[in-house]
Amino acid sequence: MSSRDYILGRIRWSLGRGALERDDDLHLAQRVSNPKPNLIPKRGGGTHKQQISLFVKMAKEVNATVSRLKSLDGVPRAAAKYLKDNDLGTALRLAPHPDLEKMNWSALEVTFGPSAGDDLNSLVMAYGGVAETGSLALVSGQYGPTTLNFLPDNHIIVLKAEDLVGDYEAVYARLRRESNNADFMPRALNWVSGPSRTADIEQTLLLGAHGPRKLHILLVESDGQEG
Amino acid sequence: MELNAHNFKENARKALKDDDLQASLQKLGSGFPLKRLAAMDRLPEFEGLRDQARDIKDHTLRHLDHYLEQFESRVIETGGKVHWARDIKAGRKIVHEICEAVGAKTVTKGKSMIGEEMAINEYLEEKGLIPIETDLGEYIIQLRNEPPSHIIAPAIHLRKSHVEEAFRKTHTDLPKDRNLDAPEDLLVEARAILRKKFIAADVGITGANFMVAETGSTVIVTNEGNGDLTQTLPRVHIVLCSIEKVVPTLEDCTTLLRVLARSATGQEQSVYTTFSTGARGETDPDGPDEFHVVILDNGRSRMLGHETHDMLRCIRCSACINHCPVYQSVGGHAYGSIYPGPMGSVLTPALYGLEKSCDLPNASTMCGKCEEVCPVRIPIPKMLRSWRKKQWEDGPVPMVERLGLNWWTWWVLRPKLYHRVAGWKMRVLALLGRKNGHFKSFGINKGWTKDRDFPAPEGKTFQQLWSEKGGRRL
Repeated sequence: MSSRDYILGRIRWSLGRGALERDDDLHLAQRVSNPKPNLIPKRGGGTHKQQISLFVKMAKEVNATVSRLKSLDGVPRAAAKYLKDNDLGTALRLAPHPDLEKMNWSALEVTFGPSAGDDLNSLVMAYGGVAETGSLALVSGQYGPTTLNFLPDNHIIVLKAEDLVGDYEAVYARLRRESNNADFMPRALNWVSGPSRTADIEQTLLLGAHGPRKLHILLVESDGQEG
Repeated sequence: MELNAHNFKENARKALKDDDLQASLQKLGSGFPLKRLAAMDRLPEFEGLRDQARDIKDHTLRHLDHYLEQFESRVIETGGKVHWARDIKAGRKIVHEICEAVGAKTVTKGKSMIGEEMAINEYLEEKGLIPIETDLGEYIIQLRNEPPSHIIAPAIHLRKSHVEEAFRKTHTDLPKDRNLDAPEDLLVEARAILRKKFIAADVGITGANFMVAETGSTVIVTNEGNGDLTQTLPRVHIVLCSIEKVVPTLEDCTTLLRVLARSATGQEQSVYTTFSTGARGETDPDGPDEFHVVILDNGRSRMLGHETHDMLRCIRCSACINHCPVYQSVGGHAYGSIYPGPMGSVLTPALYGLEKSCDLPNASTMCGKCEEVCPVRIPIPKMLRSWRKKQWEDGPVPMVERLGLNWWTWWVLRPKLYHRVAGWKMRVLALLGRKNGHFKSFGINKGWTKDRDFPAPEGKTFQQLWSEKGGRRL
């Protein structure tokens, strides 16, 4: 008998039954194919304006910094200012995202693509943001190399306010809706809440463990049409 | 690690005399529990979420075969491979075979309790591979060649000086006179060293907090980002998990995540929560070429439907450990198992056999705090009691204890006689102890009076005082 059959058989035996009846199986399959949200904390509710201010508050609480911009076109300037203010040089590794590719980056030395570990700074586009905990959803793929989220010391994430929602469930619903098939999950979905940290030495909180030491969020509060 | 759970009493005695350990433990008691409380206060829905978290786990366990099969087919459909391991031996072999097939030399590891259970590092070392723990706490204890003392804070028993000592001993290429006084210095050094290992590794091994049946995703939560570097950079990603970690949907997983970090460290959410689904696709600029999930049973399927069934709800948050007065006094190593504290005292006998861990169900004051703080409401004291009962019925109870308890039972079943004799005894003891108010040593209670004095009774039993003051039975 294969280990698989042995383990599944053992589970059924312990539960005191054989394989599930077809009806039960269908019922369970439906629970999954038509997923229902459980209890969602109220705090993420409210108007979009309230969600934005909750997001900013929660993100700052976990040591992220936030700049609020009026348009996507302002991203290169805001990124350059952040690097300058923090004395982080002018080199920036960018995610090959169409929104970023069409911007004017002349003030910085930018390159596009995944990181091999020698980039000090990176900038990526968030898929979404969640007000409830000030968390960002980053999806892997053509436009989002995962290495950019973990290897560079300083991580800048652009979040369009229209992609900011109250809770995680809304992000999952959007992923399902946009993909429209069972394989809607990217290879990696990274939820990021603040810069990397550890408390493994005498329970002292230190930022910048293995991932980024700094996390800066550029929150763009327009539809990006202007300017 | 080797199970050393039959030495609890001796280990605990040593732990109580270890000043460094005691200083670390003192910090624990005032750390995580207060942060958890603050997080709960901020979330009015917390109790409701706990109920749902419990129900989701219960539902999944009742249909575990279904959800595991569904998870398996989703992993395969998204380009991954699933391996089933009945026991530790089978699990290790699978991991080694995957490493061998790609000619791996170095393996980086994110923190995984299933990895600890399999003692995967020792095994891979035996086979000539170089496994490197990347969670800072795990890295420190790997250098010191010792097991974790806590399931989420593996090096919590250590002081800064221990870490410095381990780094100086191991990182011999670095200048001897470098300054490592501040915790920050130690972190910077570990970060630089491990960074090279991440990039050089051929295989990355992580654990999984959850497996999602709906999508075939495995989920890890970390604060350091080490788990993500471990699974993103090498060619091969191996996930070690166990059968009870599966949940039906992303929504169910979200509910459990809402109680996990809050119960553990009091964080609203861990810094990184990562869902991994399949191997690198055609358009992916990075990520592993192979995605393997090893599902371990190792005795868990036997727990289903039996006394310790509910223990399979455990999401390894460590709240029960952080709040346990026994753990807070003796630390994790005293338990002699990778799963310490209340959850470990239930789980270790279930996984390794009661005869090898007979002290553990007794290493509890039965104060009930563990159940009170458990995010999935596991009735831990009830299960500890059932282990004690089992021990009494078929197991290894020392003769003296058995005789003593039988003798006690005889008395308590005869309350009238018991109260009368107890009344005499109190009067005699009050008379004998009236001079000092306590006894330095006390006949058959030598073990008790070895470390403290026995206070002398004042002459009356509780029952006598109770009726004198007008108390009555309810």
